[in-house]
Amino acid sequence: MIDFNLLPLLPEIFLSLTAMGFLIVGVCRGHESMQVVSWASVLSYAFCGILLLSMSWDTEIVLNDMFKFDRFAGLMKLLILLGLIISVALSVRYLKQEGIARFEYPVLVTLAGIGMMLMVSSNNLLSLYMGLELQSLSLYVLASFNRNSLKSSEAGVKYFVLGSLSSGMLLFGISLIYGFVGSVDFGAIGNTLASLQNVPFGVTFGLVFILAGLAFKISAVPFHMWTPDVYQGAPTSVTALFAIIPKIAAMGLLIRLLFEPFASIADQWGQIIYFLSLASMIVGSFAAIMQENIKRLMAYSSIGNMGYALIGVVAGTQGGVAAVILYLIIYLVMTSGVFTVILSMRRDGSDYEKISDLRGMSQSNPVMAYAMAILMFSMSGIPPMAGFFGKLLIFEAAIAQELYILAVFGVLSSVVAAYYYLRIVKVMFFEEEGDAFDGDLPFARRIVLFVSVMFVLAFAIKPGLIVASTQGAASVLFAGL
Amino acid sequence: MIVQALAFYLFAGILLLSAFMVIAARNPVHSVLFLILAFFNSAGLFILLGAEFIALIMVIVYVGAVAVLFLFVVMMLDISFADLRKGAMQYVPVGMMIGALLIIELVFVYGSWTFATGHEEYLDAPFERFSELTNTEALGHLLYIDYVYAFQIAGLILFVAMVGAIVLTHRRRSGVRHQNVSDQQARKVEDAFEVQKVTPRIGM
Repeated sequence: MIDFNLLPLLPEIFLSLTAMGFLIVGVCRGHESMQVVSWASVLSYAFCGILLLSMSWDTEIVLNDMFKFDRFAGLMKLLILLGLIISVALSVRYLKQEGIARFEYPVLVTLAGIGMMLMVSSNNLLSLYMGLELQSLSLYVLASFNRNSLKSSEAGVKYFVLGSLSSGMLLFGISLIYGFVGSVDFGAIGNTLASLQNVPFGVTFGLVFILAGLAFKISAVPFHMWTPDVYQGAPTSVTALFAIIPKIAAMGLLIRLLFEPFASIADQWGQIIYFLSLASMIVGSFAAIMQENIKRLMAYSSIGNMGYALIGVVAGTQGGVAAVILYLIIYLVMTSGVFTVILSMRRDGSDYEKISDLRGMSQSNPVMAYAMAILMFSMSGIPPMAGFFGKLLIFEAAIAQELYILAVFGVLSSVVAAYYYLRIVKVMFFEEEGDAFDGDLPFARRIVLFVSVMFVLAFAIKPGLIVASTQGAASVLFAGL
Repeated sequence: MIVQALAFYLFAGILLLSAFMVIAARNPVHSVLFLILAFFNSAGLFILLGAEFIALIMVIVYVGAVAVLFLFVVMMLDISFADLRKGAMQYVPVGMMIGALLIIELVFVYGSWTFATGHEEYLDAPFERFSELTNTEALGHLLYIDYVYAFQIAGLILFVAMVGAIVLTHRRRSGVRHQNVSDQQARKVEDAFEVQKVTPRIGM
């Protein structure tokens, strides 16, 4: 019989109700209520996180086996909620400055967040697709949120067209897998595939299409073409959101898919992920060198970072998956800090996005410049910053599985990537002084910047706590083996 | 049996023909009308399969809503489809090449297609449970009980679509005369008109 226990779904139900409630508040109070609705949404994410922490984290599969809650999903959801808190907190001031302060913004972010939380909990190809679409559709709208800007509209349309194409590929792959197995349930697929002697061509073909669809969502090369344009065109607060959370959710989904239903055909997907990882690292580091726009640069940086994270997936061990989760946590914190600085690149009420606009920031805005420098050092993986440990664990997992080529390319491309990260530091500290940015950092940005810099610096002191929780989350995926 | 076969070939033949006419017709309004004909015929095919609910939905949703919406858009927007095609023609060779590659790949896939061993059991599972029920009831069971989770998320997706459409297109323009019900209710006879005495031959 079907298990109608809704308790594991409590955080998502809570968030959906708040989204609808806040929409009503917004409609009644008009666009002036954006600020209230935003801060209320931040509170609701925090409350949702507390709700999540107070739940039992044992594995539970409910609603006709479509929804699965386990420690992996729990940790991923906490990360998603943290990302939501940061991105909404960062966006309030920006939206007002840009004149696009509309109350739908936090509501759409919440709905995208619900989609992401459902994604990492999916236990069925159908629920996977539904979660993914809920997330994507909200993000398409957010990308073109500044509808008076041609670039933002273009970003939205581009993202929508290419996103629909990738969804189509994903669905085609799902249909092939369904045609072979006769079921879309992860458990059924896993059992059927585990009992195979050799994998039929059709299954591999379906897997390729599913992976192509998901690679688009994490913007792994060669499915990355949309990323720079969308990152550049979308309003900066939305770019921050794009860079921070959907990657984490899609990576969580990918890991769940590969290590649950498709675990037994790891040698089939191993090669594909291997290629995605290698190509993303190389393109991410080399293409970023030429960039002048800092948002575009961050887009390539995120492509490269997804490449590193995928190394851990290729390794295919519990240590590898734990390293991926840790990498995502560190990436989330660093990116939030960097985007806090990018959002503050304003002078006389307009946005500056060029790297050269950072000239002489160490003189004019020393606090921001030093914070940015620390984050850049961490991004390029210089010890003892947190970014170094993220990469270290990933490469360690790769070496343990004798993936030497991948590890060597990883190290080499992170050397290349260090060039453009350090170039930003050079521009800020060693180039002649430019005009100062508007100095007053809003309270929320100060906190985000402070926390992320502190995290990056202090991670080395006590890494055990976070590493242990990632190990615990990864272990549930390997419990059945 | 022969009646059924005849009906099948009739429906299928007209379906193919009208589907072809949808893309071949020069006038977009004719295209939409052929599309409606295609929908009707596919509904007929579903009835032959014994899927009466899907046939009904086909007529109600596709003919009743989607096609009529198409018709509205085609008639109200002045889109020259010939011009749209002109620009697209230059991509035809590349498109054909990619399409051909895809078809070759698909032939390979379907040529060597095998089913998993437990395949039939998974597929037949719902039929055994619902063998006593009518189509509509069985679909209701699947939709509102088995797949209620997916159904609810579909609701959320539609919610996002609605909010998104409003966010992206709704503009508050000044100078537009809105209907204000309370203003209308509050209006009195004296506000609306006054009685003037018009002296003959002098006027107002």
